Amino acid sequence: MFKPYSALALAKHALSPDRPWPRAWNSPEPKSSYDAIVIGGGGHGLATAYYLAKNHGLTNVAVLERNYIGSGNVGRNTTIIRSNYMIDGNTQFFEHSLKLWEGLSHELNFNCMVSHRGQVVLAVSPAQLDTFARRGNIMRLNGIDAELLDRGQVMKLLPYLDYSKDARWPIYGGIIQERAGTVRHDAVAWGYARAADTLGVHIIENCEVTGFVMDGDKAVGVETSRGKILAGKIGIAVAGHSSHVAKMAGLRVPIETHVLQAFVTEPVKPMVDHVISWGAELFYLSQSDKGGMVFGGHIDGFNTYTQRGQFPRIQTVAECAVSLLPLMSKLRLLRHWGGVMDMTPDGSPFIGRTERPNLYFNGGWCYQGFKATPASGWTFAHTIAHDEEHELNRAYSLDRFEKGRELDEFGIGNWTYKQ
Amino acid sequence: MTAFRRLDKGGRIDREKSVNFTYDGKSLGGFAGDTLASALLANGKTLTSRSFKYHRPRGIMSAGVEEPNGLFAINGNEPNIPATTVDLVEGLAAQSQNAWPSVDFDLMAVNSFAAPLFQTGFYYKTFMGPFKKSWMFYEPFIRRAAGIGKGSCEKDPDRYETAHEFCDVLVVGAGPAGLTTALVAGRSGARVVLVEQDLELGGQLLSETDRDFEMWRTTQVAELRSLANVTIRTRTTAQGLYDDNLVVLLQRHENHDAARGRPRQTLISLRSKAIIFATGAIERPLVFPNNDRPGVMLASALRTYLNRFAIVPLKRALIVTNNDTAYKTAFDLAEAGIAVTMADHRNVIPSDLLSRAAMLGMAMFPGTGIADVEGAKQVTRVQLAGNHSATIECDVLAMSGGWNPVVHLTSHSGIKPVYDDAIAAFVPGGYAKNHFGAGAVTGKFGFESVIKDGNAAGADAAKAAGFDKPATPVATIGAKDRAYKISPHWAPKTTGKGKAFVDFQSDVTVKDIRTAHDEGYVAVEHLKRYTTLGMGTDQGKTSNINAIGLMAELREMPISQAGTTTFRPPYTGLAVGAIAGRTVGLHFRPYRLSPLHDANKAHGATFIEAGLWMRAWYYAWAGSTPETAYIREMELVRNGVGIADISTLGKIDVQGPDAAEFLNRVYVNGFAKLPVGRARYGVMLSDDGVVLDDGTTTRIADIHYYTTTTTAQAGEVMSWFEYLLQTQWTDLKVHVTSLTDEWAGMAVSGPKSREALQLAFPDADVSNENLPYMGCLDVHLDGVRIRILRLSFSGELAYEVHVPAEYAGSLWEHVLKVAEPLGIRPYGLEALASLRIEKGHVAGLELDHRNTLDDLGLGKIAGKEKSYVGKELRFREALQAPDRWSLVGIELMEPDKKLRGGSILFSAGDEIKGHGRGYITSVTWSTELKKFIALGLYQGGLKHEGEDIICAFPLKNEQVKARIVSPHFIDREGARLNA
Amino acid sequence: MRIPCPHCGQRDVGEFRYGGDASKARPAHGTGDMKAWHDYYFLFDNPKGPHDEYWQHVLGCRQWFKLTRNTATNEIGEQP
Ligand SMILES: Cc1cc2nc3c(=O)[nH]c(=O)nc-3n(C[C@H](O)[C@H](O)[C@H](O)COP(=O)(O)OP(=O)(O)OC[C@H]3O[C@@H](n4cnc5c(N)ncnc54)[C@H](O)[C@@H]3O)c2cc1C
Ligand SMILES: [Zn+2]
Repeated sequence: MFKPYSALALAKHALSPDRPWPRAWNSPEPKSSYDAIVIGGGGHGLATAYYLAKNHGLTNVAVLERNYIGSGNVGRNTTIIRSNYMIDGNTQFFEHSLKLWEGLSHELNFNCMVSHRGQVVLAVSPAQLDTFARRGNIMRLNGIDAELLDRGQVMKLLPYLDYSKDARWPIYGGIIQERAGTVRHDAVAWGYARAADTLGVHIIENCEVTGFVMDGDKAVGVETSRGKILAGKIGIAVAGHSSHVAKMAGLRVPIETHVLQAFVTEPVKPMVDHVISWGAELFYLSQSDKGGMVFGGHIDGFNTYTQRGQFPRIQTVAECAVSLLPLMSKLRLLRHWGGVMDMTPDGSPFIGRTERPNLYFNGGWCYQGFKATPASGWTFAHTIAHDEEHELNRAYSLDRFEKGRELDEFGIGNWTYKQ
Repeated sequence: MTAFRRLDKGGRIDREKSVNFTYDGKSLGGFAGDTLASALLANGKTLTSRSFKYHRPRGIMSAGVEEPNGLFAINGNEPNIPATTVDLVEGLAAQSQNAWPSVDFDLMAVNSFAAPLFQTGFYYKTFMGPFKKSWMFYEPFIRRAAGIGKGSCEKDPDRYETAHEFCDVLVVGAGPAGLTTALVAGRSGARVVLVEQDLELGGQLLSETDRDFEMWRTTQVAELRSLANVTIRTRTTAQGLYDDNLVVLLQRHENHDAARGRPRQTLISLRSKAIIFATGAIERPLVFPNNDRPGVMLASALRTYLNRFAIVPLKRALIVTNNDTAYKTAFDLAEAGIAVTMADHRNVIPSDLLSRAAMLGMAMFPGTGIADVEGAKQVTRVQLAGNHSATIECDVLAMSGGWNPVVHLTSHSGIKPVYDDAIAAFVPGGYAKNHFGAGAVTGKFGFESVIKDGNAAGADAAKAAGFDKPATPVATIGAKDRAYKISPHWAPKTTGKGKAFVDFQSDVTVKDIRTAHDEGYVAVEHLKRYTTLGMGTDQGKTSNINAIGLMAELREMPISQAGTTTFRPPYTGLAVGAIAGRTVGLHFRPYRLSPLHDANKAHGATFIEAGLWMRAWYYAWAGSTPETAYIREMELVRNGVGIADISTLGKIDVQGPDAAEFLNRVYVNGFAKLPVGRARYGVMLSDDGVVLDDGTTTRIADIHYYTTTTTAQAGEVMSWFEYLLQTQWTDLKVHVTSLTDEWAGMAVSGPKSREALQLAFPDADVSNENLPYMGCLDVHLDGVRIRILRLSFSGELAYEVHVPAEYAGSLWEHVLKVAEPLGIRPYGLEALASLRIEKGHVAGLELDHRNTLDDLGLGKIAGKEKSYVGKELRFREALQAPDRWSLVGIELMEPDKKLRGGSILFSAGDEIKGHGRGYITSVTWSTELKKFIALGLYQGGLKHEGEDIICAFPLKNEQVKARIVSPHFIDREGARLNA
Repeated sequence: MRIPCPHCGQRDVGEFRYGGDASKARPAHGTGDMKAWHDYYFLFDNPKGPHDEYWQHVLGCRQWFKLTRNTATNEIGEQP
């Protein structure tokens, strides 16, 4: 059934077009019970299922997705991957993720178009350049690539930015991580699904979890739109719906759901070869392989489950785009959309056990869940399989605020009062 | 070769006004009223473009915003513009795209031969090897091949405006339905805005020849124009619908001229009480092999070119359809003398159509579709299939696969469209409150019924907006609607060798959709994303529904179950510059200028951006670079007297009987017992127990305090105070008022500062006894009240002089003048920030929301007994850990080296890796110690005082030796402060 | 979205700042233990549906006020 993808296979297929490619993943009927269930067919849920099978030999596993797989944020994000983290706990986790990205297309036999095109973060004051230096130094001390750039170097690398007297904030320099870049987001969901399916995992779409089957304190199964399904272990990986699903198990979590918007322009020939982020206001942009400029900014700033953004934020982001990259002015926006994001007070995620035995939680990904996908799946699978945290996700406990162990990567404090 | 020609008369073009334009550098002519598309067709340009992936020859396919093929670069800086949406204007320069060397002869068409390899999803299946990062090798080639047009890196010479408008009823679309609803709503007295993307009002009517229609149109338009409460905006597209009835309109101005300050486009945020969607419908193509050859066109578009632009096929046209509307095109062409052949997928064709066709001498092929289309660069012959298999020679092949209501805007509100079997298309799945649909968008295509519906929708909308007085309905012309009949035909069963295109722009064929189906990409979104269907600049306007129909057929389920697609704003491509308007470049964000800005300038300040503020960085008297100037300025303050602009500090006036209680709660230290006339340093925490901000508070009177905050947190702190007082502590009788902009501040610092003040305020007693450290004195100068606080950021004898903003400049000059004999000079931000490092005062880089009071060495000031915001959570386990990183001073031990901000700290014996034991926040050259010093955070803090450390800066491959010392580098006893 | 400011009437959301869940009771000043403050500050009901919340008309009259908004639709006010 499984037919490996390769240039040769493509050529063979071109010659005998009547033999169709097999399905990328199957669409089985749900069984009445599994060893483990992962709720949420986003990047994290699918990666978790894959690593459960691959790393831990747990193959009697189902991923339950209420819609089609990849219908959530994994298919809505701006596709940036990087590992420029400086808080102990984050650094190692995100670097592990980047390492997994590097081999992912091979590992999954699915080209996820992992593009290490480099990310440049631009500083708009000397003090900001110092804070970038701290980050870069930590990266280098942890074996992660980073280079500091002065203004001249930035001008050479990104000649199309506004360096004129018209720029509201001058660019003092920047920091580049060459290994950072972008990944074709949908391919990540499909690639993990196909690889997990090959190992025996059931990918079950159009199956919404509506409640938990409890045995006392213990979660032993789920109620779904396609019936009751029992499970030895249950992992929640539903991103923007984290609170909603956690509540079904009686859990209250430190998460608020906000909308983040993303934007894409018409496709044009290559103009921007890097991922660019700005220090003046949160703004990031890259040019997709198809040619469209993909960009975004801040969350809208109030909790909502609607996947619609507000227009003032759209204007803010457009203002950033044109002010930093004058070339954006004439390009036409083709689509914009929103994704519901699981925001946490310190901006860092949760992966770990919960107070309910057999129930595990993964969420709170804020702006950064896409780049985390492989490591998140890797460590969550470990936690589910062994009922204990992997050393890489030990810092991501749900009760860290009780202990005062915030992981405040950007030093902005609790975001609910900051916009 | 050409397939079209222009007639000598007819149409809506103005033959009196010729317009010159260029196409790929060659001069061509057209008329006022032409679009670029009609002008190109009239000039015989049938092959105008190349397709995205296979570089297949393509021509103009439509006459509207749905155009997938005819994209051009306009005036050298605007790529991918559909020719059908460009009004022909004098001097317009159109350039073809995505072909080399030319569209006529495109070498990149070799891609067509490799087409079998480019099967859908091919890039997911290959380009993976041989190495881990092999994609990095392939990607540049893929990127270069992709992308259609070329963008411009030049600054946009055009100008864009933004505007806000309000109205009672917005009508989107000015076809028969839109005109009717707008008029009815207008007659009711409601303020109506009618928007139409075309340059003329009328929609479909502009492509009709019937005099009754034209009479009706001109009558309604005339009345609409006569109504003062109706605003008509042509060339205006409703781009998106947002929450609470916000509709974003883009208006394209006819006479834009940046040089004269005339904007090219205006983006209007319009809020309307009620909205009527009269957005019409878009014809969809039929899918058959080689349906993309130049000369293959939508039937309605051909009719528009005929009736509106007086363009006809050279001699012969073939029309293929599955519904009735294409017959209008056929009849009009036949009447214009063109030989018309009609192929209809349906076996049973309404008899009135058959008899009219017979009368006009048209060849009719019922139960017949298209097997293949021939012609390398334009249609020459068409192979029929079905009941008849004739070969037809023709210049133009027109097709109609039915009509898709434009449900985009109604879907933006989150209401999914639903499939309507009667018209084999999706219609709005309902309307949000105060939204109404009228005309073709609702699936009604007959003129009479559209007017009837329009009358009702117009009245309903007016009523919803509060105008319920019944208005006279708009008259119809009394014609009889014929029922619309369609039998959907999504795709041929086999496509043979020829490619049958579903998405023309993205080159997605029937075969690609079958492949997606085989591989399980059957959800509509999977299908789109896997094949790139609908992802082009036309946003799939002609392709999405055909693809859904085809997929439903493959899945053997009704379309209603196969799902629908998500319509995302904007409706058509919208320049990012138009969204940003004038809030770009220098105007991107406001510049905040201190009241002393001009004075600073006059004294030779160089400014630096600090958040929104422009702050005086250093002054010309001290040097020409910040590195040299700040040192001289520091020396001035340490040895003589300097004056600095500190107006950016947040200033909050706190008044009321409970002012003391309020401050007592928000600050960790107490303010209730602060005597009147005295100031105190204070620190406040967030609820989570982490330091939020610091500043000084002065008690002006029993129930009146004056608080300063840091520049960076001024807005936050103000909002936080208001939050607490207005929502939580509503029983406290306190008012807070921001004085940040109302008052200016200047620091007068240095051993000679008292003398300077004495000179400046000869009548005031500024002696140590009368104005001790942390004292406050109100003085008057020329009748202006001035507040002198004896505070020091630098560690020297120093004062803050606060004065109403309008007097700041004069006071500044006054002090500089009278204290001139003391050698007073201004000093800037760099020196301010460096002096405080020597003194060990924390500032922005240390107050970064990660640190606790204890981390900053401020634990002692917190009241033990009293409660304060953040007290409870301050004592969480990890925040109390003894080895937390906390504030230290750092002295460089290698004289020939430098300390750098952002260095990572290690103990002398540590291996240099990982996260270290801390980091440097701020660095300065110490003029007192004659060496580099720094503040930083270090594990365990001052417990390690005197220990040797390594400051690592791997980004520059540097490691320097340093020592942990007290952060108070100078005057630890405070002798200078208290002098 | 438009927010009804009790002083200024309906204004665009861009003029406001969001202040979080207003149904959470802030422990009275000086009372409450660490747990109470933790739950108040760090945990959210985050419902998909009606939500009481604070807003400040920060670019207007600066009034803080409470309103109810349905987080599933963004509709403000009492709904059936
Ligand atoms: C606009 C935008 C831009 C972003 N940009 C980036 C970026 O550049 N880089 C980056 O690293 N991160 C980015 N992110 C964040 C990142 O996309 C997310 O953090 C990440 O995708 C979340 O994990 P996921 O893929 O598992 O989530 P999702 O894909 O959202 O998966 C969750 C799934 O759970 C399903 N689900 C929910 N409830 C139920 C239920 N009851 N039963 C069954 N299934 C359920 C959902 O349907 C969904 O498919 C961005 C996010 C957005 C919205
Ligand atoms: Zn107000």
